Amino acid sequence: MSTVSSIFSSVGEIDNTTDDARQRAPLVLRGRGFSSITNSVSAIAERPTTLGWKIAFMFSLSLLGMLGACIGYLVTTGVGVWGNNQPVSWGFPIVNFVFWVGIGHAGTLISAILFLFRQNWRTGINRFAEAMTIFAVVCAGMFPGIHVGRAWLAYWLFPLPNQMTMWPQFRSPLLWDVFAVGTYATVSTLFWYVGMIPDLATLRDRSKSKIGQFAYGMFALGWNGSCRHWHRFERMYLLLAALATPLVLSVHSVVSFDFATSQLPGWHTTIFPPYFVAGAVYGGFAMVLNLAIPARKYFGLEDIITLRHIENCCKVMLATGMIVAYAYTLEFWTAWFGGNHFERFAFMNRAFGPYAWSFWVMVFCNVVAPQFLWVKKFRTNLLIVFIVAAFANIGMWFERFEIIITSLTRDFLPSSWYPFKPTPIDLMMLAGSFGLFFTLFLLFCRFLPVVAMAEVKSVMPQAHAHGNGEHGDHHKSDFQPDEHHRPGPGVEPSLTPA
Amino acid sequence: MSERITSSKRLMFPRWANYLLPAIVLGAVGGAFYLPVAFGIGASPKTMAVGYAPTQPVPYSHALHAGKLGIDCRYCHNTVEKAAFAALPATQTCMNCHTNLKPDSVRLQPVRDSWTTGKPVQWVKVHDLPDYVFFNHSAHVNHGVGCVECHGRIDRMEVVSQQKPLSMGWCLECHRNPGPHLRPRDVKVTDMNWTPGADFDGEALKKDYGIRDTAYMQSCYTCHR
Repeated sequence: MSTVSSIFSSVGEIDNTTDDARQRAPLVLRGRGFSSITNSVSAIAERPTTLGWKIAFMFSLSLLGMLGACIGYLVTTGVGVWGNNQPVSWGFPIVNFVFWVGIGHAGTLISAILFLFRQNWRTGINRFAEAMTIFAVVCAGMFPGIHVGRAWLAYWLFPLPNQMTMWPQFRSPLLWDVFAVGTYATVSTLFWYVGMIPDLATLRDRSKSKIGQFAYGMFALGWNGSCRHWHRFERMYLLLAALATPLVLSVHSVVSFDFATSQLPGWHTTIFPPYFVAGAVYGGFAMVLNLAIPARKYFGLEDIITLRHIENCCKVMLATGMIVAYAYTLEFWTAWFGGNHFERFAFMNRAFGPYAWSFWVMVFCNVVAPQFLWVKKFRTNLLIVFIVAAFANIGMWFERFEIIITSLTRDFLPSSWYPFKPTPIDLMMLAGSFGLFFTLFLLFCRFLPVVAMAEVKSVMPQAHAHGNGEHGDHHKSDFQPDEHHRPGPGVEPSLTPA
Repeated sequence: MSERITSSKRLMFPRWANYLLPAIVLGAVGGAFYLPVAFGIGASPKTMAVGYAPTQPVPYSHALHAGKLGIDCRYCHNTVEKAAFAALPATQTCMNCHTNLKPDSVRLQPVRDSWTTGKPVQWVKVHDLPDYVFFNHSAHVNHGVGCVECHGRIDRMEVVSQQKPLSMGWCLECHRNPGPHLRPRDVKVTDMNWTPGADFDGEALKKDYGIRDTAYMQSCYTCHR
């Protein structure tokens, strides 16, 4: 039974973060072989439901129930239950929307861009990062749907022929957003599912229950591991990666257009698309770390999601965090150098106005906190990484809060100024969206392969046995008749536990 | 291959499951078209509202009064040229004639009751627009839009029923191209029999009535405030 302190303990951790020019750093530790990977990952979905999972699930489910109750109250009462007002007509729902869409970015980045760049370490974390992406997009998609006020008319977001002979405004980025997020959700789900097919087949073959065999069997689409299947799978995966790559950049760029194409001081800036994308990747990787660090311990995946994976994520966070910090600085520079009175005021108001606290929370979380990640000792300390990542998530939420609230509360005309104050329903819905996210995530952890087993095996040294002149060895090693993957010998890496 | 599957008694992927994916895809694509179309047609005002003919408290016949007797619409609905709302006649208007005409008719009992008690007859509104639409009768009647354009042949109806969908799309059809729906100033707006002749020029009428351009006519604010 793992306790909180043992999640962050470095006992038993193997340090594979060092780079040795003579050999690739191993991505799977303790000499794990193919069947060992299959066993330990499949066991998570196969073993009886654990107490810890049940407690976490009940907690998430109750938060989700609260969200449902809040939405019911909202729909039956009206948007007045939120703190939204004039001029702050966007408020929490859109802050949460942008926050969740941002979280979703790491998944596709890991699965698509890192795949195209042959970053083998992605295999350890891509499956659950993609799952995280999809669930985050579900949370995100919910908010505009209820923010329209008359949720039963949310279908007006789509250009459907209707009796009013009216179309959505095609010149509005809000409509582009519908398409951008819709495309993103579709392609991410396809990518996630297609990548999972070989692993679903593994679970099907191992399943002892009729229901498991049937359910996994249906979704495995009759996968039998033939060369032809693998060939088509690899092609499909590559094509989807190529399709998904531009989406990583496009989705949050389009989300940023919602702001950038307006004329509001503080929103009307050309830096928004790259700034939002960098922020989204930063926040997304922070969420990956926040999920990976406890999950790898709880599910015993320390050998597959190693310190090297954690450290690499930290490096991505550091890089994107620095881009975000640069964007913050440049916004102020532009406001001053541009000489626009209203723009200058908007930024002075951000840093020193009534919502200055949110600005400084953001600066601390997104600019100061990631600086710890320059130091390798901190990057490999699970507790510090977890805390920095948590700060990044908080900071990214406050970034959206600060952008939306400060600009809307005080625009051009002081006579139109009005402060924003969230209601308890606002806060409950924010908490509830986490309930939705974690409910989906826990269900995923319980029933699906949390690590891309087939892909991890492909980056293990055993998969390249032929290249090392060890031909023939693997024919007599740990061959499992129910495994459809090429078996290989367990090569012992020359690393010792720290 | 099939022998191996049957011998291990494991469910791999039965033949019938091959049809699941196309079925799901076809169902989803078909549903994505079918549901909006079915809902769009089913819930359309053309389906839901056209033909609405509620039973009125008095079996008043427009066919008799407006058609056979030729009473002008404005005799009863006397505000249409000045106000947004087309007034329903006061009981006094009915009694102008019916004090002497058919004073004992059983069918007129509710009118006489109203006359003695002072409580108005509870007519049921047939052409009912949503509250967020600010329809103005005078704006239409004074600019050459005949009653028949929206209400149909009232002069032939025993019981008034809604003839047009009164949907936003239907309104916009005319707002985007008002010309063909206008009539010259020398034709009464209440004339239900008038048809445009060979020399009809809708564009000239549009100019004559000073009807604004399409951008104004289909602006949200023209009808919603």
